[in-house]
Amino acid sequence: MTPEPILQVRDLRKLFPVRRGLFQRVVGHVRAIDGVGFEVQRGEIFGLAGESGSGKSTLARIVVGLSTPTSGSIRFGGEEVATLRGTRAFRRRVQMVFQNPGSSLNPRRSIQQTLQVPLHFSGLEPARWDQRAAELLEMVELPAAFRSKYPFELSGGQKQRVAIARALAVGPELLVLDEPTSALDVSVQAKVIELLVRIRNELNLSYLFISHDLSLMRNFTSRLAVMYLGKLSEVGFTGDVFTAPKHPYTQGLISSVPVVSAEEAALKPVVERIRGEIPSPTNVPPGCSFHTRCPQCFEPCREADPTFRGAGFEHAVRCHLYPEGDGA
Amino acid sequence: MTAPRRRGGAAGAVQDREPVLEVEDLRVSFATFDGVAEVLNGVSLEVRPGQRVGLVGESGCGKSVTMRAIMGILPERAARIRGRLRFEGRDLLTMSRAQRQALKGNAMSMVFQDPMTSLNPVFRIGEQLSDIVRWADRRRGEHRTGNARRARILEVLEQVRLPDPARILDAYPLQLSGGMRQRVLIAMALLNRPRFLIADEPGTALDVTTQDEILRLLNDLVRDERLALLMITHNLGVVREMTDHVYVMYAGNVVEEGTTAEIFAAPAHPYTRALFACVPKLSGGRAFAGIDGTLPDYTQPPDGCRFHPRCPHAGERCLTLPPAFAIGGSHRSACWLHEGEGGAA
Repeated sequence: MTPEPILQVRDLRKLFPVRRGLFQRVVGHVRAIDGVGFEVQRGEIFGLAGESGSGKSTLARIVVGLSTPTSGSIRFGGEEVATLRGTRAFRRRVQMVFQNPGSSLNPRRSIQQTLQVPLHFSGLEPARWDQRAAELLEMVELPAAFRSKYPFELSGGQKQRVAIARALAVGPELLVLDEPTSALDVSVQAKVIELLVRIRNELNLSYLFISHDLSLMRNFTSRLAVMYLGKLSEVGFTGDVFTAPKHPYTQGLISSVPVVSAEEAALKPVVERIRGEIPSPTNVPPGCSFHTRCPQCFEPCREADPTFRGAGFEHAVRCHLYPEGDGA
Repeated sequence: MTAPRRRGGAAGAVQDREPVLEVEDLRVSFATFDGVAEVLNGVSLEVRPGQRVGLVGESGCGKSVTMRAIMGILPERAARIRGRLRFEGRDLLTMSRAQRQALKGNAMSMVFQDPMTSLNPVFRIGEQLSDIVRWADRRRGEHRTGNARRARILEVLEQVRLPDPARILDAYPLQLSGGMRQRVLIAMALLNRPRFLIADEPGTALDVTTQDEILRLLNDLVRDERLALLMITHNLGVVREMTDHVYVMYAGNVVEEGTTAEIFAAPAHPYTRALFACVPKLSGGRAFAGIDGTLPDYTQPPDGCRFHPRCPHAGERCLTLPPAFAIGGSHRSACWLHEGEGGAA
């Protein structure tokens, strides 16, 4: 079976103007996303990892149509999102779950009302909305009695389940999950992830999963892209990226994850640590944007931005340490 | 505390030192609209010089209340504190307010969690650090010149490895990155040469690479200054890499304690085991399960073991609170499952 991409991102850019002075003159740009391309296959859980400020949330917002790219293309099911966005048909197919369920649910709406908002776009007749809300609650393993509750009566994990139910209300094909469990305790996170895995299997959904938690990525995603300052540094099957990380940034990231067993500690690459912090995206270093922190930086890194070595489903890396045009 | 607590090698020496902090059967309750919330239900722990102690648990388990009770920053009117808190042999709960004030921020100090909100945005870093030195001096009845204060501040900023300390003094918090702000908070805690330091989730708000650097820094400071460190965290990975001794808390009780090596080799309490199973592993395998149910309501906590409503091993005897059973070395677990294993402590 040839894999059919549900989402194709090509050479995507998003610049935010920086304005200064009395006349708010544009003095520069924040390059939030700077030439990103990847594909998410149908039924796949595609992970996007990166530090804060890497541009991963901006990318999520563009994919669901909450923000427009400066240039580049996003195709959803073969069609350009630029023409689809804002249409009811598109909203039915792509939904998003936000990071903080405390602020993404309207505190003045009951759970029932919250779940019914997206049903306006679902094409379902209003007489069946109550029944649909009950089904959704059952799907996310919440008791039917929760329909009449308000967000403040729910725990963090329960609120996130409601947010997932709301995203599922219109029967989407792709869910964009922006750090859906980072505000939750591990015991609750485990339950929510278990739920997401089950729902994906039952409804044959595709996920674009955004997180900074690499251990969670390891266990949840099938393919993984690592993002740094608006660009991807490495893309590959999750297992490959973790067992043989290629980019010095990925290696450093994995080696700085605190782990709970000696078995895991043995899996961490032995590399020099990454020093310092991610530079501001208003002032991206020339050449390879990672060279200022890279322990393996050499001449070419300061001069030219590397291109991707490897393409398609290969384990691809964007780094001068590897010969050009070679995927292996 | 009579169980043998010696470990092999040079590290064994830590156990011979007198504890800096001793917490014994600490109970804290709050008067709320829904009744009295029994938040801490008998917490005991100790920290020795040069020792890194972890207090681990999920949100709402009482870690922060324990920390605040130790530092003396719980709201006085609302909180009822019982039990014993000793700092270098002196009882913190019976000493005068002035005596306690003199310890706070001096001999005992604290690194706050959130580097974004713990600094005042409208004052320069130098002014904020200088205030701390000035107040500590005033309390001791001393006075230092501005230059002497500045010299001490620069020394500490260098100690926390901030590049270009002189420039940092003139900066406002928003001009610094998250990692730099966290370093400033650590510098603040170190200014008056404390002997005991509480770190509340240090680096949690930061990226993994930055968190890693902050943890290394704390580690080196403990070693060089022979600090006693109490580290409060929910991250088991951080506990494994950063501590010598661990206390696991659930719903206001310490349910398990032991050396870090003991607990990570063989977690004993059903709650600790369940918590370990929840942590996603870097080795993969997708074997993580959650814990059913939620924390109990502190105004109506379950009888006996507070974990029993969520525990797969719960039985009749769990309606009585189990003591901390010794299960080898300094490892103890407060669960009836261990009755008779190594004899009650």
